[in-house]
Amino acid sequence: MTLTTPHPATPAGPAGLPPATGVGVAAVPSEDRSPGRAGGKTGRRKAGRKGRAAAGSGGAAAGAAAEEAPVPLPPPTAFPAAASAVYRGQLARARVARVPLLFVAAFQSLGIMILLRGIVDVGDDSAAASVVAGSTVLVVAFVALNLLAQRFGALRAAGALDYYLTLPIPGAAVVLGTAASYATFAVPGTVVTVVVGSLLYGLPMGGLWLLIPVTVLAGASLAGIGAAIGLLAPKPELATVAGQLGMSVVLFLGVIPADRLPGIGRLARDLLPSSYAVDALAEGFAPAVDWAHVTVDLAVCAAVAAVALVVAVRSLRHAGRS
Amino acid sequence: MAAVLSYAVRGLTRRHGAGECAVLANDRIDLDVRPAEVFGVLGPNGAGKTTLVRQLMGLLRPDTGSITMFGHDVVSRPGTAARMAAYLGQDDLALAELPVGVAVETTARLRGLSRAGARRERDEVIEELALGEVVNRPLGRLSGGQRRLACVAATLVGERPVLVLDEPTTGLDPVARRSVWTALERRRSARGTTVVLITHNVLEAETVLDRVAVLDAGRVIACDSPGRLKASVSDDVRLDLVWRHDPPVDDPTVARLAATARVTGRRWTTRLAHAEARDALGRLTTGPAFAALDDFSLATPSLEDVYLTLGGTCRDLERT
Repeated sequence: MTLTTPHPATPAGPAGLPPATGVGVAAVPSEDRSPGRAGGKTGRRKAGRKGRAAAGSGGAAAGAAAEEAPVPLPPPTAFPAAASAVYRGQLARARVARVPLLFVAAFQSLGIMILLRGIVDVGDDSAAASVVAGSTVLVVAFVALNLLAQRFGALRAAGALDYYLTLPIPGAAVVLGTAASYATFAVPGTVVTVVVGSLLYGLPMGGLWLLIPVTVLAGASLAGIGAAIGLLAPKPELATVAGQLGMSVVLFLGVIPADRLPGIGRLARDLLPSSYAVDALAEGFAPAVDWAHVTVDLAVCAAVAAVALVVAVRSLRHAGRS
Repeated sequence: MAAVLSYAVRGLTRRHGAGECAVLANDRIDLDVRPAEVFGVLGPNGAGKTTLVRQLMGLLRPDTGSITMFGHDVVSRPGTAARMAAYLGQDDLALAELPVGVAVETTARLRGLSRAGARRERDEVIEELALGEVVNRPLGRLSGGQRRLACVAATLVGERPVLVLDEPTTGLDPVARRSVWTALERRRSARGTTVVLITHNVLEAETVLDRVAVLDAGRVIACDSPGRLKASVSDDVRLDLVWRHDPPVDDPTVARLAATARVTGRRWTTRLAHAEARDALGRLTTGPAFAALDDFSLATPSLEDVYLTLGGTCRDLERT
């Protein structure tokens, strides 16, 4: 047996509103209080993207007919506005905490380049380009894969995803806004790494503008993967470990030139989205850039980014409602 | 008349876990929440309150049962609740590193306000809840009470038709708690906002709620206005006795009370009929037991008494 809500004012004929006789209920007729009820279906459309719950606009004109119609839903927040609000919120949050991490990310890559300087032949421009490009993408991987997996893992573990899931925003705005803010903090590190690397290995810097699409697309694909790892991992510790493992794979398979890897390593390299970003950036150091090659590499990054972000958004919904 | 109810909940059942470990967190719950009502869910920890509100917000899917919000189905379209209601959950990690002002403004923006609108509402709610002094400090560096208050502020912006608040005043000092209650009442009377408030605090339930559903072990064991619920549990009054040292057990009045009293440290709590309580108190204060008596009080039934009378078994409802 279920105990219902025993209230004298709910005889619940289909015709009448329950009169507001509950103790403490203000003596305003209920029909005047229902938010936005005058609108009906057209009201929902016309509320527009900037509209909000137009509270209490009903009035006597709403009449009995409107009582049958559901109260119109306030419109959801549009994707660009939501994503930019998430992004700016994350930037504000990260302003203090992320600055040291930004240097850690760059130092790690600088260290690797200096270390490999002694191994790579000075005249081998192709190998040198791989090392510099790999180290640069590693900065992106550190932030997008490792830190983002940790962040979403922690949010999930604390039940804090409820905050985002109970706001009228698309899940993609949360993932993209957060990823973009982390990527912003990776930008100085990538610039420093690629410039220092070019000087260190004597590479031409004419094609360095390729850094922009490479960082954006590698950032989006790795951030999508990082977010999905964080959101799907059953424990935050696992999210951290998986994120770091992913970063290590990017390091080994990205920095070491493809032709020096064993067969299975080369296969793994082909399966790793960051490799395409490394190849595209490395191509920028070549004397004659193969644009078709670069375009294909960037297209692969973009495709992986799209899939990874869809997976991350689905994981967000799943994580919040499980 | 489900169409006009802020919430109409029917037969809501939700289990956690599977197999033998499954726990029935919500068991066939029916609720009606009317527009412009401050509706409460009172129950001890583990009664299923949070499971209930998370379903109301579309965060959890019920195993069976239905939830509609102003006639819109929440179960089949979980996004409905996010658009209709502002939610204050129990964890605030998503906002923890943001300064209070930014947290409130960002939340307002995420509810679709323009930049200017978000700033205006931010300033209003910061003043309303007296958070001006900490507006530039990150939530994570505030005291627990201020941190909670900042989260309440973030929930209040954006003028949603419904507010769903999971223990909003936990950790707040009495002044801050009152300012939250006033802010809720202001929205209800000025804009017709519906408030669903989860609490395990009896004082809060009696002070601010129009109606309250009392939850125990996943079931609604009572639902009415606090006044009517208290009146329903007979004329019994509560007699509290605090002993300075062990009372004389050979005293017949002490012996009689000892048989029924709930003992918490040196405090005995009993529920008695009016006349019986007066008589017992008279005998205690004039007899030999008075020397051992430190303090005593007679009180009319509270919602805690309602809970216990109706079969509630937990003892962790807060009274202050």
